[in-house]
Amino acid sequence: MAPWPSLGLRARLSSAFALLCVVTTVAVAGGIYVQARNAILQRTQDAAVQAMMSRLQALYPLRSPAPDRAELGGIAGAVSDGNVFAVAFHRGEHSPAGPPPERPGAPVPGPPPEHRRPGGAPVLDLGVISPQLRRTVAGGDVAWQRVVWRDAPFLIIGTPLLITERDRTTRSSGIEVYVARSLLPEQRSIDGLAVRAWLTGGAALAFAVVLASLATRGVLRPVRELGRAARLLGEGELRTRIAVRGSDELADVARTFNTTAAELERHVEQLRQMEADARRFVADVSHELRTPLAALAAVADVLDEEAARLPEPAGRAARLVSQETLNLTALVNDLIEISRFDSGVAALALNEVDVAELVHATLRARGWSEAVRTELPPGVAAPLDPRRVDVILANLVGNALRHGEPPVSVRLSADPHRIALEVSDHGPGLDETVLPHVFDRFYKAGAARARSEGSGLGLAIARENARLHGGDLTVTNAVDGGAVFTLRLPRRAHDPDGGPE
Amino acid sequence: MKSGGVSRVLLIEDDPAVREGLELALTRHGHRVRAVDSGEQGLDRLRTDLPDVVVLDLMLPGIDGFEVCRRIRAAGETPIIMLTARGDDIDVVAGLEAGADDYVVKPVQPRVLEARIRAVLRRIGRDQAELERHGDLTIDRAGLVVANRGVPVGLAPTELRLLLELSGTPGRVHSRQQLLESVWEHGYFGDSRLVDACVQRLRAKIEDDSAAPVYVQTVRGFGYRFGPV
Repeated sequence: MAPWPSLGLRARLSSAFALLCVVTTVAVAGGIYVQARNAILQRTQDAAVQAMMSRLQALYPLRSPAPDRAELGGIAGAVSDGNVFAVAFHRGEHSPAGPPPERPGAPVPGPPPEHRRPGGAPVLDLGVISPQLRRTVAGGDVAWQRVVWRDAPFLIIGTPLLITERDRTTRSSGIEVYVARSLLPEQRSIDGLAVRAWLTGGAALAFAVVLASLATRGVLRPVRELGRAARLLGEGELRTRIAVRGSDELADVARTFNTTAAELERHVEQLRQMEADARRFVADVSHELRTPLAALAAVADVLDEEAARLPEPAGRAARLVSQETLNLTALVNDLIEISRFDSGVAALALNEVDVAELVHATLRARGWSEAVRTELPPGVAAPLDPRRVDVILANLVGNALRHGEPPVSVRLSADPHRIALEVSDHGPGLDETVLPHVFDRFYKAGAARARSEGSGLGLAIARENARLHGGDLTVTNAVDGGAVFTLRLPRRAHDPDGGPE
Repeated sequence: MKSGGVSRVLLIEDDPAVREGLELALTRHGHRVRAVDSGEQGLDRLRTDLPDVVVLDLMLPGIDGFEVCRRIRAAGETPIIMLTARGDDIDVVAGLEAGADDYVVKPVQPRVLEARIRAVLRRIGRDQAELERHGDLTIDRAGLVVANRGVPVGLAPTELRLLLELSGTPGRVHSRQQLLESVWEHGYFGDSRLVDACVQRLRAKIEDDSAAPVYVQTVRGFGYRFGPV
């Protein structure tokens, strides 16, 4: 299955788009941020070192190689200004250092006045100078370090003071000067940069999401349309087509769909045409057979009645011809009847009739009254076409009497909406494999029964008659054996009178 | 109507085989059959032979069966039995409206046709009853004469039998099935359109307004009733 079975195409496309956008934005904005930050810090650092060096130049020549605390204070004062705190070391001695300012640089020009020695330089808390830095500086190198002092970023620069001898060699004077410069303005501009980067990234993300949803909609609309069209096609709406837009892959799919649908429509149309042709052919043949059969049927009786007086085998031949003429007549009549159902010209002539009376009339007309048990509550009336119901009943009861075992019974039950007539026998019932096919045309229960009585259309016609009423005809096997045919017909009074009134 | 059991049948059928077969069968049943192959000949024979019953194929070359039916009906009250080859409902209804008394569907068994012929020819029992009056309608059951406001009305035998059947029990509802059995001798499952078509023709002859019948009234869903006037 799909890796994300619960996510739709739209969600997947949108999230992929958003992810791509986030990654790109973070990479670009982050890269630029880091570079800009480094450049700013580098420049600040260089400028600070430069400024410090130029101030230190002014101290030369050093008055004494071993300055005392006051002199160190002077050195520190020389490199200090409003922004820069300084301290000078020589061996264990150092220039006066104040306690760390409460909020150094909060007012950017300098630390609060109380930390400023009167007439002197701002002082630096010694604790911010890491031993590591001191070691490096003591080794004779200029070094710097960024530290956070009292929640504010500072750049600490340390340098040893060198003494140049007359032979132009230099040696360490043992004096180390450290200055601390607030990085707060730089921090602010870097923060501003970060905020702008985030804002730009966010805007790009929002834009990307909008773009993604537009794109997915653009992709998904044709997909949805395709789905709807396919569903319609499946429901039998074979004229369904899709409007083809553009020339992308989706348009290709739409074109393929249209071609397929057109082919399908053509084939179905062809099949329908063939079926209609076949049915019309059957109808035409049946009608054509009628005229010669009419002549045959007219003389069959004559032949039958004369058969007894004819010498054998002419007598038997005459009886055979007469009998088969009757069978053929029944077959052709059934074919014509079923082709009328097929072509939709079969019409109902409804009459409000007493159902029990109708059943009795059917049985009486065929001499079956004695052979069939009836359970027919009186007073049940329904709008029926008596002739058609007679056809159904005659078929069902006739089959039961011929193929089933006695007793054959007809039972009527009714509710306000429908009546049900059950025709059952007590024979072995129908084979389970036969049950679904008993209403098929010309269905033969076994290959051995090459030709049975009747046309093979009787049950098919019976069911068509039931359906014409808006009812149905079904068959099951009873629990205690025997086939049970159930005819259900509606009692609704659509038009209680079939007459032309 | 002819007494003595032998009746004259005029058979109008264009197909030679069917014509010959039916002629053979009907002759065997004791009828005197005159078989012709077109409506024109049939109408000629109607005038010269004065048949008791006409058996008429609807599908005829020249003037068709419906037209022949109308002309026979216009000329007199000879009973007509239609032979319909197609069994199409339209044909049956049109034929009944054209005035046919009954119909059989081809291929027909001769004994069925024979039963139909006997039914339409069955002598209507003459009562000794008084002249019946129902509003403006007088029915003479002895003379088999029906008159509307004193003017005799020409009724085909089936129409007359239907009127006598209904008016025999004024106010009682007769179902179509009952009428098919008593008037057409068809049994329970006859075609109820026979009754409906005959009622239409009867109304056209005896009612002042066929759309608002006084004598032959419809009881929707059940059948027909005579009066009460």
